[in-house]
Amino acid sequence: MLAVEMIAITKTFAEKVIANNSISLSVKKGEVHAIVGENGAGKSTLMNILYGMYPPDKGKIQINGNEEIINSPARAIQLKIGMVHQHFMLVPPLTVLENIILGSEPEKNLLLDFKKAKERVSQITSSFKIDVNLETKIENLPVGLQQRVEILKLLYRNAEILILDEPTAVLTPQETNELFNTIDFLKSEGKTIILITHKLNEVKAISDTITVLRHGKVVGVTGTENATIESIARLMVGEDKIYEEKKANIREKKLILEVKNVTVLNENSVEAVKDVSFEINSGEILGIAGVEGNGQHELVEAISSIRKPAKGKITLNNAELKEEHNIAHIPADRHRNGIVMDFSVAENLILGREKENLFKKDITIDESKVKTFAEKLVHEYDIRPVDIDIKIKSLSGGNQQKAVVAREITKNSDLIIASHPTRGLDIKAASFVHNALIKESDKGKAVLLVSSDLAELLKLSDRIAVIYNGQINVIFDADKTNEYELGLYMTGSKVKNE
Amino acid sequence: MNKVIYSILGPLAAIIIALFIGAIIISLIGKDPVEVYGVLFYGTLGNSYGIGQVLFKATPLIFTGLSVAFAFKAGLFNIGAEGQMIIGGFAAAWTGFTFVTLPWIILIPLTIIAAFVGGALWGFIAGYLKAKYGSHEVINTIMLNFIAAALASYLVNEIYGIPATIHTPEVSGSSFLLRFDAITGLFPGSPFNTSFLAAILCTIIFYFIINRTPFGYQIRTLGLNKNAAEYARMKIKKLVVLSMLISGGIAGIGSINFIFGYKHYYELGFSEGAGYIGIAVALIARNNPFAIIITAFFFGILEYGGLTINTMVPKELVTILQALLIILVITFVRIIDVLKIKFLKSA
Repeated sequence: MLAVEMIAITKTFAEKVIANNSISLSVKKGEVHAIVGENGAGKSTLMNILYGMYPPDKGKIQINGNEEIINSPARAIQLKIGMVHQHFMLVPPLTVLENIILGSEPEKNLLLDFKKAKERVSQITSSFKIDVNLETKIENLPVGLQQRVEILKLLYRNAEILILDEPTAVLTPQETNELFNTIDFLKSEGKTIILITHKLNEVKAISDTITVLRHGKVVGVTGTENATIESIARLMVGEDKIYEEKKANIREKKLILEVKNVTVLNENSVEAVKDVSFEINSGEILGIAGVEGNGQHELVEAISSIRKPAKGKITLNNAELKEEHNIAHIPADRHRNGIVMDFSVAENLILGREKENLFKKDITIDESKVKTFAEKLVHEYDIRPVDIDIKIKSLSGGNQQKAVVAREITKNSDLIIASHPTRGLDIKAASFVHNALIKESDKGKAVLLVSSDLAELLKLSDRIAVIYNGQINVIFDADKTNEYELGLYMTGSKVKNE
Repeated sequence: MNKVIYSILGPLAAIIIALFIGAIIISLIGKDPVEVYGVLFYGTLGNSYGIGQVLFKATPLIFTGLSVAFAFKAGLFNIGAEGQMIIGGFAAAWTGFTFVTLPWIILIPLTIIAAFVGGALWGFIAGYLKAKYGSHEVINTIMLNFIAAALASYLVNEIYGIPATIHTPEVSGSSFLLRFDAITGLFPGSPFNTSFLAAILCTIIFYFIINRTPFGYQIRTLGLNKNAAEYARMKIKKLVVLSMLISGGIAGIGSINFIFGYKHYYELGFSEGAGYIGIAVALIARNNPFAIIITAFFFGILEYGGLTINTMVPKELVTILQALLIILVITFVRIIDVLKIKFLKSA
C-alpha cells in the first residue's frame, strides 16, 4: 500500500529554473523513505508541493491511493501529512504545551481548555515515548528537544505521514541517536516517515528506501540494504569527483590570536563566556565544538570585535584587538548577519569592505572596480548563477554561503573566523568551503572553526576545544579524539580531562 | 520595461477609482462631476499658469519626500519633516532679514545653509535620542513637530513678528529666489520659482550619496539588514544620527520655496502639512528619488486642484479626494505587487 504517490511532478520557477522535472515518488505506508540530493536538486520543492505550499505545474498526487489536490498546508494536515521544517516554527516564549496545541486549541466555553489539552498531549508523549516537560518554555530547551516538540505538534494533529527536513543538521551525535530511536518507534507504530537529508551515513542507518534526486530529476530509487554510501554519493553528485584538499604542515609557526582569560556577557548581562583562554598559530585550524548556546556566539562576537569582552584580553598579531581590525568572519547565520538579501551579488561581495581602497574612486565606490572584483570572485568561487547583478536572495543557500566565504577570506586578514560554515550546505558546496578554509590555513592564516558538526571539526581541525556552559575545559589534538568523546564533553557528561 | 508598466499600473488604477468615488460624492451633493473635474483639470494642467502653480506646490513636497525617503533608506521613519521644515524655515528667514547688507551671491547660499542646519538640528535631536537611548524616532519626531510649531509661534508672536500679523519682516531683497515668469516669461503669474532647481539638484545629490558613496552603501545596508551592518562593523549609531540629520536638513531646505520664492517672509503655518504629505510622497515613490519628483508633481495637482474648484464644491470634498487617493494609491501599489508576484510565478 502506498501512503504517498507523486506522479510526474514538474515545477518551474519564474527564472525558468526547473526545480522538479517530472519527478515520481512512491512512499510505502509504514516505511522510512529518504530523499537525498544536493542543494538545489529539488528535494525541498518536492516536499513543499506535497505539503501544499505551492501547486505543481504538472503531475498528480495520490495519498493512500486517492488522488488529491493539496492546495494549502491546512489541506495537507487534513490528509494527515505533517512537516518539520529545517528552521523550527516554534514560539520561544510559549511553553511546550502551548506550542503543541497552537492553531488547534481545544476550547470550552470560548476559553482554552488547558486541562483537556494537557491530557491529550500527555497521552501522545507516553504512547510515542517522547519525553519532554510540557511546562518548560521553548526558549529554555536545547535544539534536540525543540525538534521533538515539532514532532509532537504533528502527532497532536494526527499526522500519519511525517516529513522531516534535514532533521539532524543541528543535533549532537547523542541527540541524533535519540531522534533515530524516535523515528524507529514511530515506524513501528505504523507512521510513514519521509526524511530529507544529504548525510549519507544517516540515510544508511535509518531508512528503508532511498530516492536520489539530481538537478530536479530522479536519478535512482533503491532499497537501502542494496546501496552503499559510495553508490548513493555517486548518484547524487553525478560524475563530478569531489576533490578533497589535504592539509599541509606549516613549518614556521607564529602566534596570531591569543585569547586570555576572556569573559563575555550576553544581552542579559549574564556571563556567556567564562574565563576562556586559547591560542591559534599561523597555519593552524582550531575547532570549537559545542552544543549551540554554550557561549560560542558570544565568544565569536568578542573575537571579531563586535562585542566587547567584560574581562580578559584578546590580542591579534601581538596587538590588542581593535574595532579597526577587519577580521575575516563567516557568520553562523548568513541570512541574519552575512548578507543583505535585497542587495545584488556584487553589492554583497563588498559588504564590510565598501571603504577599501580597492574599490575607491575619489569619494565614490567605483562600480567598474566592484564589477571586476565581483566577477573574479564569482568565477574563482564558483558562485552560481554567474550573474553579479541579480539579488542574492535568488541564489541557493550554498551559493550564498560561497559568496560570504569568498568575500571574507579574500580580506587581508591573518585570522579567519568560520562559524558553522557549512550548515545547510550540500556535499559539494560543503567540501568547497572546507577546501577553501584548508587552502587559507596552508597559506599561513589562522582559522577559528566553530561548528556543531563533529565530522567537520575532526576533518579540518588541528586541535579541538570543547565549549560547555561558557567554559573551555579541554582541548584535544584532533587526531587523538573521536565524535563520541567530543559528544560527552559537549553535553557536559564529562567535564574535565582525566 | 515591464517593471515600469507595473509601477505605473497601481497608481493609475487608484486614480481612476478615487475619481470615480469622488464623482459619486459630487453627484450626491447635487453638482455635476464632469463639470467639476473639467474645471479641475483645466485649472491645473490645461494652461501654463496652472502648471506653474502645480509645480510651485510640488517643490516643497520634493524636499519633504526626499527627506522621509533618506531616513527610510536607513530604516528610520521620519515623521518629523514638518517640524524640521519649520525650524529650517525660521533659521533661513532669520538669516534673510538679519544680514540684509550681504550680496545675493553670499546671502542665498547662506540662507539655504541656514535652512539645512535648522532642519538638521531638529533631525539630529531625534537621531541622537534614538542612537543613544534607543527611544523611538516616530514618537520623538512627532513630539518635535509640536515643539517646532510652538517655538516658531513664540518667535513670531513675541519677538520677531510684525505686530498684528503672523509673519516676520521681509527678508533682504538680495535673498529672493526669482520666479520663472520673471526670468523666462514662462508660467506667467504663477509663483513657480528657482527653488525648484534646488529641489532637482537635491534629488541628484540624494541619488549620488545613496547609490555611489560608501556612506550611502552603509545607509542602505543599515536599512535593509541592521544585523548584517553590525557584523560588517559599520558604526550604526553614527549612521543613525547622520541619516536623521541629513533627512532633517533636506526637509529644512523645503522651506525656501515659500519664504524666498513666494512671500518673502516667514509666516506661521506656511508649511501647510508638506512634511506629512512628504511621507505619502516617499511611500508611493518607494523612496526612489526620481519617482519622488513625479509623485510630488501629482500631489501638486491635488493641492492646487483643490483651489481651482473650491468655489463649486465645499473644500472638504477636495480634502476627502486627496485622502482617498493616498489610501488607494498605497493599497493599489501593494495589490499590483501581489499580482506581479503571482503573475511571475505562474509565467
